[in-house]
Amino acid sequence: MAKQLGQDQQGITLRGSAEIVAEFFSYGINSILYQRGIYPPETFTRVQKYGLTLLVTTDPELKNYLNNVVEQMKEWLYKCIVQRLVVVISSIENNEVLERWQFDIECDKTAKDESAPREKSQKAIQDEIRSVIRQITATVTFLPLLESACAFDLLIYTDKDLAVPEKWEESGPQFIANSEEVRLRSFTTTIHKVNSMVAYKKDSFP
Amino acid sequence: MAQFVFEADLHGLLKLDTPIPNAPPARWQRKAKESGAPGPSPAAGMSPMKPANRSHSSSKTPSRTPGKSGSKIQSTPTKAGGDRYIPNRSTMQMEMANFLLTKENDPAEESPTKKEQQKAWAVNLNGFDIEETKILRLSGKPQNAPEGYQNNLKVLYSQKMTPGSSRKNGRYIPSMPDRILDAPEIRNDYYLNLIDWSSQNFLAVALDNSVYLWNHTSGEIIQLLQMEHPDDYVSSVSWIKEGNYLAVGTSNAEVQLWDIQQQKRLRNMTSHSSRVGSLSWNSYILSSGARTGHIHHHDVRVAEHHVATLAGHTQEVCGLKWSLDGRYLASGGNDNLVNIWPCTQGDSGDFAPVQTFTQHQGAVKAVAWCPWQSNVLATGGGTSDRHIRIWNVCSGTCLSAVDAHSQVCSILWSTNYKEFISGHGFAQNQLVIWKYPTMAKVTELRGHTARVLNLTMSPDGATVASAAADETLRLWRCFEMDPIKKKEKEKANSAKSSIIHQGIR
Repeated sequence: MAKQLGQDQQGITLRGSAEIVAEFFSYGINSILYQRGIYPPETFTRVQKYGLTLLVTTDPELKNYLNNVVEQMKEWLYKCIVQRLVVVISSIENNEVLERWQFDIECDKTAKDESAPREKSQKAIQDEIRSVIRQITATVTFLPLLESACAFDLLIYTDKDLAVPEKWEESGPQFIANSEEVRLRSFTTTIHKVNSMVAYKKDSFP
Repeated sequence: MAQFVFEADLHGLLKLDTPIPNAPPARWQRKAKESGAPGPSPAAGMSPMKPANRSHSSSKTPSRTPGKSGSKIQSTPTKAGGDRYIPNRSTMQMEMANFLLTKENDPAEESPTKKEQQKAWAVNLNGFDIEETKILRLSGKPQNAPEGYQNNLKVLYSQKMTPGSSRKNGRYIPSMPDRILDAPEIRNDYYLNLIDWSSQNFLAVALDNSVYLWNHTSGEIIQLLQMEHPDDYVSSVSWIKEGNYLAVGTSNAEVQLWDIQQQKRLRNMTSHSSRVGSLSWNSYILSSGARTGHIHHHDVRVAEHHVATLAGHTQEVCGLKWSLDGRYLASGGNDNLVNIWPCTQGDSGDFAPVQTFTQHQGAVKAVAWCPWQSNVLATGGGTSDRHIRIWNVCSGTCLSAVDAHSQVCSILWSTNYKEFISGHGFAQNQLVIWKYPTMAKVTELRGHTARVLNLTMSPDGATVASAAADETLRLWRCFEMDPIKKKEKEKANSAKSSIIHQGIR
């Protein structure tokens, strides 16, 4: 408890902000995988975070995969060279993109030069993150059913001159052809600002 | 010596002037047919015209060579063996070639504005500047969900009648409702609480902007009130314990108090800033929950009615229930939280929840206290959650959780059989009776053709009324006590009181 209070008073540094945002992505992606039913719900377990009960996966391979992405994101966020994270949900049979969760990141580059941390309480950031995650949960009420078995992909939009690390490859944007978009809430740590939105394939009603 | 004869034969064959009829097509001919390309394939390198470099017998069958040689003779005779590419003049695009060769080297000058425009289009279409960003993807996709795993949301949301296993009920529960009442214009809003049954056996029903009272014993219907403004509607109703006053919450943030006998409005309490979707009485304190997430306590006896504010929710408070002993107030909101509030203020003078439960993944509207076990609370989650959870509010533990596979709108406990009933929505719009604490399903009551919105119980505990979006109210006689058992119970009750008396002495 005392440690938390100390953190509150210290303010937000660039590294701290990168960690917060990367952590948010980790839990956010887990929530999306659970809520959209990409993986069986039995493989998820509950953890307490942001004052909410969130579900994270227990599958070791998946955990490993997500950890790799999150660690890399942390690095790139610290260097302020990542602009967007996209979770693409596509059908396994015909590789058609059914849903696209897009998280835009705006980084305040001046924070790199500053040494003094910024003023914003952890609690305020946590509240904002909490409302975004709750919104993700609530989207299940209006997103169309994913009929077929689906797989997910993670795309990261970075600066052009970034050296591509091994294990990563270049890819296309994987847009949805005829899509409906919904903007979700955003949150900011005063150094990084994350805007969220979900695009889904418009149902062709008869 | 034999090889020389062979060689001589071959040479003889090679000297043929005409192509051999019925020879199998040469490899180059076959290739030309396949690709349709002009010019022979490099197989020409295998020309038998190079006897010095090759040994014939090793690489080719004798039948092939003659064909090849024949074709060779057709084309221009060369000694080296490599074919010359003779293009087909008529298929060439002379004008095009001429243009390409002679035109200026640098491309047409793009005006700066055009470049800007193109860039703007690119950004618009792609959502980002292609020049500045690149998209990366982590290779090595994680293992997909195991085969045979069907996205269970599909199963959930397209559920039709599940084949029910025949359960051995201890009692007969009629599967048809006792009565069906018409409820036209009832608002199909999950977050409202539109029906309540008084201890005087009046069922109050809010239909859009009016409230009607239905007398269960006589069957007569009285219209109690109608909102002045046509755009306003009634968002919640709640009877005081004695049954002579009815609290009405409205969409314009008012909490009205009505006297039933005189059919007059006694008070109009305004303190909220948004619609009042939930109400609950604790003797003379009326608690109201609003769309802002605030809960106000009103003391209805005094002029300054607004005595306390509880701020624990960030979104609409849809479930609100005082415990039967009046010690705790349970509230459920659209922010997926369940808060347990004490009846008295803490040291700082502020109300703070003694417990907050975050496990639900959907809005919590169904909130009900167990009448026979103190500190036990049942809550049900909305569409995103679909679970019913039983809590002990003192320890804060979740005693049990069960997946109801459907949005839970309301839960009611029944002392008669130690069971509780829950109302559901898509896909079956059923009422489910569960045994406590085993959480086994006793039965399902079907009949509603649209989602159930609210449940309320009769004062004798035998009948449950359900209001649904199909504009009907159905009365189910599901907790009827056997008359013999009833007598036994009454005896037991009276015996109990005498024991207590003895104990006190």
